[in-house]
Amino acid sequence: MSELIRCTSVCKDYVRGSERVRVLRNVDMSVEDGTFVALMGPSGSGKTTLLNLMSGLDTPTSGEVEVDGLRLDSTSAGALARWRAQSVGFVFQFYNLLPVLTAQRNVELPLLLTDLPRSERKKNAAMALDIVGLGDRGSHKPGELSGGQQQRVAIARALVSDPRLLVCDEPTGDLDRETADEILELLGTLHRELGKTIVMVTHDPKAAKHATFTLHMDKGKLVAPADHADAAPQRARTVA
Amino acid sequence: MKLLSLLGRNLLRKPMRTSLTFASLAIAFLLFMLLQAISDAFSGGVSLEGMDRIVIDSKYSMTDNLPLAYVQRIRALDEVEMVTNMSWFGGYYREPRNSFATYPVDPVSYFDVFTEQRISTETLGRFRDIRISAVASEALAAQYGWEAGDTIPIMQDIFPQESGSWTWQFELAGTFHNAGGPLLLINYDYFNEAVVGWGKDQVGWLVARVADPAEVDATIGLVDGMFENSSDPTRSTTEDEYRRQLASQVGDVGTISSMILVAVFFTIVLLTGNTAAQAFSERVPEVAALKTLGFSDGSVATLVLVEALALCVGGGVVGVGIALLLEPGFNANLGGMIGSFDMTGQSVAYALVLASLLGLAVGAYPAISAKRLTIVEALRER
Repeated sequence: MSELIRCTSVCKDYVRGSERVRVLRNVDMSVEDGTFVALMGPSGSGKTTLLNLMSGLDTPTSGEVEVDGLRLDSTSAGALARWRAQSVGFVFQFYNLLPVLTAQRNVELPLLLTDLPRSERKKNAAMALDIVGLGDRGSHKPGELSGGQQQRVAIARALVSDPRLLVCDEPTGDLDRETADEILELLGTLHRELGKTIVMVTHDPKAAKHATFTLHMDKGKLVAPADHADAAPQRARTVA
Repeated sequence: MKLLSLLGRNLLRKPMRTSLTFASLAIAFLLFMLLQAISDAFSGGVSLEGMDRIVIDSKYSMTDNLPLAYVQRIRALDEVEMVTNMSWFGGYYREPRNSFATYPVDPVSYFDVFTEQRISTETLGRFRDIRISAVASEALAAQYGWEAGDTIPIMQDIFPQESGSWTWQFELAGTFHNAGGPLLLINYDYFNEAVVGWGKDQVGWLVARVADPAEVDATIGLVDGMFENSSDPTRSTTEDEYRRQLASQVGDVGTISSMILVAVFFTIVLLTGNTAAQAFSERVPEVAALKTLGFSDGSVATLVLVEALALCVGGGVVGVGIALLLEPGFNANLGGMIGSFDMTGQSVAYALVLASLLGLAVGAYPAISAKRLTIVEALRER
């Protein structure tokens, strides 16, 4: 398998008032294409920051972030936005759907950035909703759907432009256990059957077990995966 | 920009808030149009037909009368082509709220001087020949359903008749066309004959058409010089200036209107701006989500700005539309008192430009905020 994501000596600082806080400290890692990686660690360990960097939502203070051959750390904001639209699907803890749009129109949103005609956009959105099991809920607005259903709509939106990489930030953090398991099963299916590379930030060890590999972070660094010592290093590996 | 398909849905997100904001904008622009029309009526120029007319009034007060004999003396001047006399009659039809401009005039000379007011030869003949007759503007006759031959009772509060009666009865000779508001003209000869003694052989003012429009100033000097040492000296002005002076009796209508409009629009900017800022702050996570999906800073900023523009221009268009619908009614009720109550194309253009500027002012802050919004910060605050 080829390498999809590579982070080299990545540092990230945030300025809070007069204080500069280092959130990531010389992180080196790589994720191979087609891997389902869980990123775990305590609050403030830098998981979400690392996820933001590898999905082009943020840029590192120093170091290199390369995804599918593109150096994100030296790409302009406009080019990053275009790259995100084509190459990354996002799933958030709080779904971040637009409440004024139906599920169908929410899923269609990323396709507005393509040249697809309206009929094609509708067809693709309907297909994505079918994949997540909500083919019959296209006309419902988010407020008319349960939390689990809203997260499925968000996953359909992430899938609709057929990106290679899905990034999920606590995708089950706002759901009950049963619904969370359904969502994790769905992510697992997308990984296994559609070959999507998934990077998922989670606090939940049960959620992490759905991944093929787990990376642990603490105080801005990747640490050895104590409970996944047998995990195949060829799928995802840290270079500490 | 395909993202603009979100426009309508975003505006209807909170229908009550949008409706109230929209209504306040529409009312503000309705007020703008009304005040513009009033200001134009008081300060606006006279029509081209009136460029060669001068108004001769009492030197000391607009409420003082002039002797009827002045008509003949002025008519005798070579510099004056035609002169007619007018007086303020006042009164009302049936109820005090039915008041309109009523002038005792000389039928023939009046329509010779005010050529833009058109009357048929037959109607003018009846107006001239029937001493108790009156002619009504088409708008006034339509307002009260009057027809030729009807008897029109006018209740007086200034001029009683010699008989002691305060009710004057006129026979409608017909109608005439004028561009202004409702107007009733009564035969001066009948008025002069029937009015109580102190009102006889008096006129309110005279309007003269000068022979050479280029010599208006000289003619004004000539007329006023003629009566300078009399017991009733005159002050003559062009018709345009006369209207301005009349307006100044009420106050500087233009300044008053402008001050009211500034206050109204300042308040509207604050209220609408606050509403737009509040609406944006509620949507920060959505804007962040759009940016995450790949929509550019410029496109989300444009969406936010166009929403504010649509709201303000929409409110402006509705306000202007209501004003235009109300125009005939205002013209019928106020036109006779303040001149023509017209909402001009220029006022409509001003209103639409103002609405656009308002939209830009109101939408600027949220749009800039949307452009500057960083995804990571916005999602962290979520």
